[in-house]
Amino acid sequence: MKISFTINGKSQSVEIADENTPLLWVVRDILDLKGTKFGCGKAACGACTLHVDGEAVRSCSYAIKFVEGKEITTIEGLGNEENPHPVQRAWIEEVVPQCGYCQPGFMMATAALIDKIPNPTDEDIDKNIINVCRCATYYRMRKAIHRAAALNTEASSSTETQIS
Amino acid sequence: MSKKKISRRKFLVRGGLGTIGVLAVGTYLFRNPIRRVIAEAIDSGESPYMGDTSSPVIWFEVTSENNIVLHSPKVEMGQGTFTSLAQMAADELEVSMEQMKVIHANSASGNMDGFATGGSTSVASLWVPLRELAATMREMIKNKAAEKIGVSIEQLSIADGVISEGENSISYAEVVADVSEWNIPDTPVLKDIKEYKFVGRPIPRVDLKDKVFGAPIFGMDATLPDMLHGAVVRSSAIGATYIDADISKAETMPGVVKVIKEPDFVGVIANSLIEAENAKNTIVVDWKVDRKWQTSDIEAMIAVGQGEPYVIQKEGDAEDILSEGENIITSDYKSPIGAHAQLEPNGALAHVEDDTATIFMSTQVVKLTRDEIAERLGLDEENVNIVPTFLGGGFGRRLHTPNAVQAAVLSKAVGKPVKCFFTRKEEFQNDTFRPPTHHVLKAKLSEDGMIEAIEHNVSSGDVAHGSAMLPSILEPILGSDIGAWRGGMIQYGAIPNFRTISWRVKLPFATSWWRSLGLLANTFAIESFMDELAIKAKKSPVEFRLAQIQDDNRGFRLKEVIKAAVEKSGYTDEVVNGRAMGFAVSTDANTPCAQVVEVSIENKEIKVHKVTCAMDPGIAVNPDQVRAQCEGAIIMGMSAAMFEKMDVEDGQLTPTIYGPYQMALMKNAPKQIDVVLLQNDDKPGAVGEPPLGPIGAAVANAVFRLTGERLREMPLQLKSSKV
Repeated sequence: MKISFTINGKSQSVEIADENTPLLWVVRDILDLKGTKFGCGKAACGACTLHVDGEAVRSCSYAIKFVEGKEITTIEGLGNEENPHPVQRAWIEEVVPQCGYCQPGFMMATAALIDKIPNPTDEDIDKNIINVCRCATYYRMRKAIHRAAALNTEASSSTETQIS
Repeated sequence: MSKKKISRRKFLVRGGLGTIGVLAVGTYLFRNPIRRVIAEAIDSGESPYMGDTSSPVIWFEVTSENNIVLHSPKVEMGQGTFTSLAQMAADELEVSMEQMKVIHANSASGNMDGFATGGSTSVASLWVPLRELAATMREMIKNKAAEKIGVSIEQLSIADGVISEGENSISYAEVVADVSEWNIPDTPVLKDIKEYKFVGRPIPRVDLKDKVFGAPIFGMDATLPDMLHGAVVRSSAIGATYIDADISKAETMPGVVKVIKEPDFVGVIANSLIEAENAKNTIVVDWKVDRKWQTSDIEAMIAVGQGEPYVIQKEGDAEDILSEGENIITSDYKSPIGAHAQLEPNGALAHVEDDTATIFMSTQVVKLTRDEIAERLGLDEENVNIVPTFLGGGFGRRLHTPNAVQAAVLSKAVGKPVKCFFTRKEEFQNDTFRPPTHHVLKAKLSEDGMIEAIEHNVSSGDVAHGSAMLPSILEPILGSDIGAWRGGMIQYGAIPNFRTISWRVKLPFATSWWRSLGLLANTFAIESFMDELAIKAKKSPVEFRLAQIQDDNRGFRLKEVIKAAVEKSGYTDEVVNGRAMGFAVSTDANTPCAQVVEVSIENKEIKVHKVTCAMDPGIAVNPDQVRAQCEGAIIMGMSAAMFEKMDVEDGQLTPTIYGPYQMALMKNAPKQIDVVLLQNDDKPGAVGEPPLGPIGAAVANAVFRLTGERLREMPLQLKSSKV
């Protein structure tokens, strides 16, 4: 069957035999976007987190049939070196990654969090950021999440200033 | 430069690599003394680099943009080695950090580590050789530049890889462009460390951007044109031997290209990963399983007193003093089976063509993997090229990666590239686990409240034995397991009588290296016991320890980290505002590390608020990354000490997924971690593993102060809650 959606701002159609194929494998193996990671295949670790219509979703357990007409964002579309997302800027400034494998999932979860809660408290972070990092970079991640929230608020308020 | 010829390459060869094998074989007759000598050698943290350091030509390339590419024989698994190596090379090469690029050396490049990436040895073992190689390369290029410009070397100066004399200047790239033969000069004198611009500074990780923008750098991200996907059936049962399989259904499944039966495994090759997995799940395998193991069976095996004892440390006469009489204090401690649980599963992308094989993968053992594939496929070792990728976690899980052999066999069967990975369930059930341990500590206090004699008995499954990395010839000499010993020695040298005895247990499932090996469990036991003794002696646990450390250099460094942790944390024995502190200290591979934790009890659970860590790794090539290693190791150690546990049920290891395999998450991570770095050694030492040592005991000691409940078993769980 043919499924159409938007990914990282571009329209995309894929022809797929099994409509229950997890979105993760379409993104990684058909669209060749390797930033979204496989960790467990059971939505238990969060390495595969991406956005579907702005919501953080664990794509290893999200069937491709459900993305028809939706907007997907992966780590590659969150920002790039020239124009990094505030979360990516914060991750660089706090030097968060160690092995780095789980980090895209954490950054996508964080971007979704600060979109909903612009200034998350430590309790908000504990409740919402529940991915697994085996290098256990949680200490720097927490600092980076607060920093990302501050950078994001700064960015949006300066945009507002320009508009007014 | 990589294809240039060398006219002479005899200097820079480092003599006398003291491998354990060389040290041990030949002194077989003196079993006990040599075992203790080896134990001391391992404990000392000396770790020679085992690879080719004869010429810079196989280590570095100069690109046309005047950048330097370092082909690292050590792999990057998060420990920050690439960044430290780049700093060390840049300083001697006199280039900027921006000019340094680091990639994994593939095995065909000739720059291959003879052993492994592991044991917290990468920076320490390359500290001298890599700087010598970089300095030698600088002189080689400088000599050529002097010839080209027509001046003497003394007149030349270098900045950012550009060599100048008056108004003449020439870049490294321009110098090397047309040189096909190099004279390698005598090894230059290294610069004074004070002259370094990058070593000792918190340079951002060189792999930071790739990791933040999602670049395809991991083994699982590798692809090749016409690539197919493989899947291999793995048993869920402990000790299962493959007999045969019914593949009739699998052969008819959608997308299947081929199903192959080998003498030791059965596998599928299909067009997509999902199709390969679906077909795999239809295969019915006949496994031979001798016994359905249970947790209780394993617990009965791991017990001090079972099997053969091996004395690995002995001073004075602890045995006699502790064998009879009154006032002997005894406690026992336990640690469970631990899983690696690294996020990127094991796997490989293999491409076998005619008489060559190329393998892209995350591995800590490039040479071993190459040799195993060559043997299985009957290829020359030179024709098997292992291309290491960034590792999505190592932690010892990739110190043997025979799954690459299976990927290669699948690829050979279809003549196309095949990528084949473990599922998460297969990872959890086919891990090379951290072995469970049992410890019995015994001591006698003298009248002034000091330790007269102390003894540590540790029973553990194998760590190094049975692994492909330790020659089996050493087993009878070493007796018990060198990995299980790690952190097991009594580090308080002023105690007049002490002994450590190791009991070896062969478990029915694979156990092996898990970040820090025996350190985590051994330190938990010894440092919990030290706390119990201090309380018995009515002394401060800090003063009690300080008073029993010997007056030598090692003792000095140990005392300094203790004092630094106490000062920074404001350690007190008192409970303040419902919070108590706990203290513990360890020495691992010659790096002492002291930690103070602050805990409370919330909702009947232990909550760690703050950890202070003072560590002396000698020179910190990159202090920010040393801090990062401390922060991560502390939380990973908390995870293992407070949450993690594998069980054995009806012959299977369980659980098989994150969540049920409980780990520390964001909510469990301390909100404050203070790291104090000392530098009482003139070279870099171990960093990645030592900070895992103290955390378990520090938490248990704090919980005792708060609740009066002594937790002697990992994972630490309160039985009663008084706060």
